[in-house]
Amino acid sequence: MSNATAGSAYRVATAVGPRGLPRLLAGVASDGAVSLVTHRTAFPAPRRPGRHAAADLSGIVDEAGLRGRGGGSFPTATKMRAVAGAQGRPIVVVNGAEGEPASSKDRLLLARHAHLVIDGALLAAGALGADQVVVCIDRASTRTVHAVHEAITQRASANERSCAVRLFTVPPRFVAGEESALVSLLNGGEARPTLKQPPIYVRGVDNRPTLVCNVETFGHLAQIVNFGPRWFRELGTAGEPGTMLASISGDVRRPGVCEVPLGTPLAEVLDLAGARVQRLQAVLVGGYYGTWLAAADALDATLSNHSLRRFGAGVGCGALVALPGSACGITETARVLAWMAGESAGQCGPCLNGLAALAGAMRALAIGRAGRATLTDLHSWAGMVERRGACTFPDGAARLLRSALTVFAADVDHHVRHGVCVHFNSPPMLRVPAGGPPGPGDWR
Amino acid sequence: MSTERLVMKLDPIACDGRGICAELFPERIELDDWGFPIIDPAPIGNHLMKHARRCVSSCPMLALRLERVVGG
Repeated sequence: MSNATAGSAYRVATAVGPRGLPRLLAGVASDGAVSLVTHRTAFPAPRRPGRHAAADLSGIVDEAGLRGRGGGSFPTATKMRAVAGAQGRPIVVVNGAEGEPASSKDRLLLARHAHLVIDGALLAAGALGADQVVVCIDRASTRTVHAVHEAITQRASANERSCAVRLFTVPPRFVAGEESALVSLLNGGEARPTLKQPPIYVRGVDNRPTLVCNVETFGHLAQIVNFGPRWFRELGTAGEPGTMLASISGDVRRPGVCEVPLGTPLAEVLDLAGARVQRLQAVLVGGYYGTWLAAADALDATLSNHSLRRFGAGVGCGALVALPGSACGITETARVLAWMAGESAGQCGPCLNGLAALAGAMRALAIGRAGRATLTDLHSWAGMVERRGACTFPDGAARLLRSALTVFAADVDHHVRHGVCVHFNSPPMLRVPAGGPPGPGDWR
Repeated sequence: MSTERLVMKLDPIACDGRGICAELFPERIELDDWGFPIIDPAPIGNHLMKHARRCVSSCPMLALRLERVVGG
């Protein structure tokens, strides 16, 4: 298959990509990692690109319609062009912080097929003229850290280093993966968000233009260069092409990661993990930073921003949690909100105080100690934290809360009138990381 | 018919909720339930500019600034 793209530096991409599914997970065994030798049978080593490479590569990525898979669904080509247009030698950062508890796909892809991700980052680095790639990984994921270390070592022994690739471990905090927090950490500071002025694509790591993309995004980028944008568009929808890694958990028989085309009905995605649809009460779409959907709405929607928009939701990082009818959505949300309040970086007043207030009121509602006034407070405080932080973490907490009050409206009413519900003591479906809130030294 | 106006912007990280701004510029700033400023995002008219500037320069944390926006 040939690609008649404008990208002269990459026009030779004639390899035949995998038909159907899986793509990113093709050749990935149930255990162990794809070695460099095996990887190179399908993917040639990224070569040093010629002139106009930045324009060529962003053109190809644009043609493919690739959007970031870390949660923001931002067009990757736009990001690349912004970095290319800034002054100075850029740096490329692979964001594998994955602080979202419901997501495990970045860890999986790095642990099983780090070479694909690193190739994607090197292709972007080559095109942008960057001399460094930094792979950031949650420190708690020792297996992933080990796999990436091994992958970098294999490349060094094969004399394959078109630019320096290094590994950087990140504290296991929710907001550590926020771009500006990551840049702050890489600059020797704490993994807390900063005010992005000037933006990090102008001045990020070492004051250089910095491209930060999600792990999965770089995996897609490598495949787009190798197999072409038309191949990429063979799956997914016209507006949201390609596949996505979905992390599925909760009331399912086989929790884990599935690769599906964007636009796949959520019912099918849940079925892949062995969801028990008959007893499904709701689905949390986009993880703890996401939105609750009532079962009927979820089973009517597809995994695409186009379909989820009418519920105020989006695909986010592709994390789905199935909540059974035997669980209490109020109690589940209260537990997550309490954890999120503890994960606030504590820098912005509305986030520090507002999330604690929201979590307290939600807990009161869960344990049956809330009246109508508590509901008024919850709505009012949700509005008081939105768009008032340096980052959008408080907005996520407010979104989760608002969707819970809507989707579990009947339960809210029951809790206010009669106290706790019969499901109060059900086993937790939405797990929160152990270890409690961070102390002052836990941000590096 | 000016095409360039000023809006007030807050650095939420620098702000520690002393509330002086809301006292000096109640026309455009109110405090939330925890004492942190909620700023009206609308451009500031000339009749309020003196108050706005005094408010910005009185913030002990230097968390406020006036920012130019283009458009009417």
